[in-house]
Amino acid sequence: MNIAFMILELGKGFLTTVEIFALTLIFSLPLGLIISFGRMSKNGILRTLTKFYISIMRGTPLMLQLIVVYYGPFYVFGIQLSRSYRFIAVILAFVLNYAAYFAEIYRSGIESMPKGQYEAAKVLGYTKGQTFFKIILPQVIKRIMPSITNETITLVKDTSLAFVLSIVEMFTTAKQIASSETTIMPLMVAGLFYYIFNLAVAVGMEQIERKLNYYR
Amino acid sequence: MKILEINHMKKSFDGLEVIKDISLSVNEGEVLSIIGPSGSGKSTVLRCATMLEKMDSGDLIYLGEYAACNNEAGKSIYASKNELRRFHKHYGLVFQNFNLFPHYSVLKNIIDAPMTVDKVSRKEAEERAMILLKKLGLEDKKNAYPYQLSGGQQQRVSIARALALQPKMLFFDEPTSALDPELTGEVLKVIKELAKENMTMIIVTHEMQFAKELSDRIIFMENGIIQEEGTPEQIFTTDNERIKDFIGKFIG
Repeated sequence: MNIAFMILELGKGFLTTVEIFALTLIFSLPLGLIISFGRMSKNGILRTLTKFYISIMRGTPLMLQLIVVYYGPFYVFGIQLSRSYRFIAVILAFVLNYAAYFAEIYRSGIESMPKGQYEAAKVLGYTKGQTFFKIILPQVIKRIMPSITNETITLVKDTSLAFVLSIVEMFTTAKQIASSETTIMPLMVAGLFYYIFNLAVAVGMEQIERKLNYYR
Repeated sequence: MKILEINHMKKSFDGLEVIKDISLSVNEGEVLSIIGPSGSGKSTVLRCATMLEKMDSGDLIYLGEYAACNNEAGKSIYASKNELRRFHKHYGLVFQNFNLFPHYSVLKNIIDAPMTVDKVSRKEAEERAMILLKKLGLEDKKNAYPYQLSGGQQQRVSIARALALQPKMLFFDEPTSALDPELTGEVLKVIKELAKENMTMIIVTHEMQFAKELSDRIIFMENGIIQEEGTPEQIFTTDNERIKDFIGKFIG
């Protein structure tokens, strides 16, 4: 097998990797915010529930969660799901897992906001919604960007876990080629792909951070 | 006309009675200063009057309308949330540590509330803001961000922000306590200008000389009650040893 063919094959898997990455971010970032509201809610039941949810998501391996989300419906409820559920299961598990981490990041940011910002907005007559979305959230985003970057970079690497559900993403492809050709080369190339992807992610996030640096 | 009237305000925090019984009122165009030692409850009076805190007992009346009134059990009952929003239009509050919005430019800090809360057009809000900035000598700072300003400038912007909503009265909660003496002067000058224009104000302050010059009336508060109330002359020439002693420490 020549190197060009190998890169082409890995490239196909890479598209799936990017797809998992993008879909996870798109859904888990807003979901995380909603979960953080539950976590900070005045309602004790809601607070305990979200706390428990976050604890489970952070306390068990993502690989296990992938398996439970995929096989759970069949083994627990006897529901037969089509093969296309495989990809949905991957996205579902990733979103549920990452939303838990993001929720805690949002919470740390929101709780670090000085009380004076809320008070100033209240006296000026802003509603609670206006206060949160116009005054609080923009400042929270700036504060939590470094933590979000960290999680995003971890996510790039975590996408490789999708192989447990036989999703053909880049890591799965690399392993297949490696075992059929008995060479470690494809894994090395895959590693390079991950590294370059993450470099791009880091540069992108740095750009966003720099943009938010117009104030202190 | 009375802009604000407070009757028998009481407020406790975790069983600690911070305000025991306070009644006061301000007429249109009047400047009322509240002085007294730290922990006497001065700021709490302002926080209850501006509804940042809910008082336990008492009436709160703006322009003759009840924002809160005592029920038979002597507990304050507040108007509904929507009604209370109307009351916010009557007053502005200037904080000790400014509390400007750091992610907004000076101009945006001033125009955002009129646009968001009062649905004023951008054009009108900006016109209002520029008039205020000119008056406060901050025209050239309109595109600056709060972190680029001195404390005195920040406090002047926060005064402009409060004025942009065209309130009937302003509260000042130790507006110069976070400033060095040099910057204190420029903020006090602005407040004096407002007094000249007959702005109704309640000022909590430790600036005795300023309170004496500016106020129509002064209240001396201690231990959650009004110990003495009167014109500046009455307060500064009182026989009350405690007040003499307190003022003496500041004037020297």
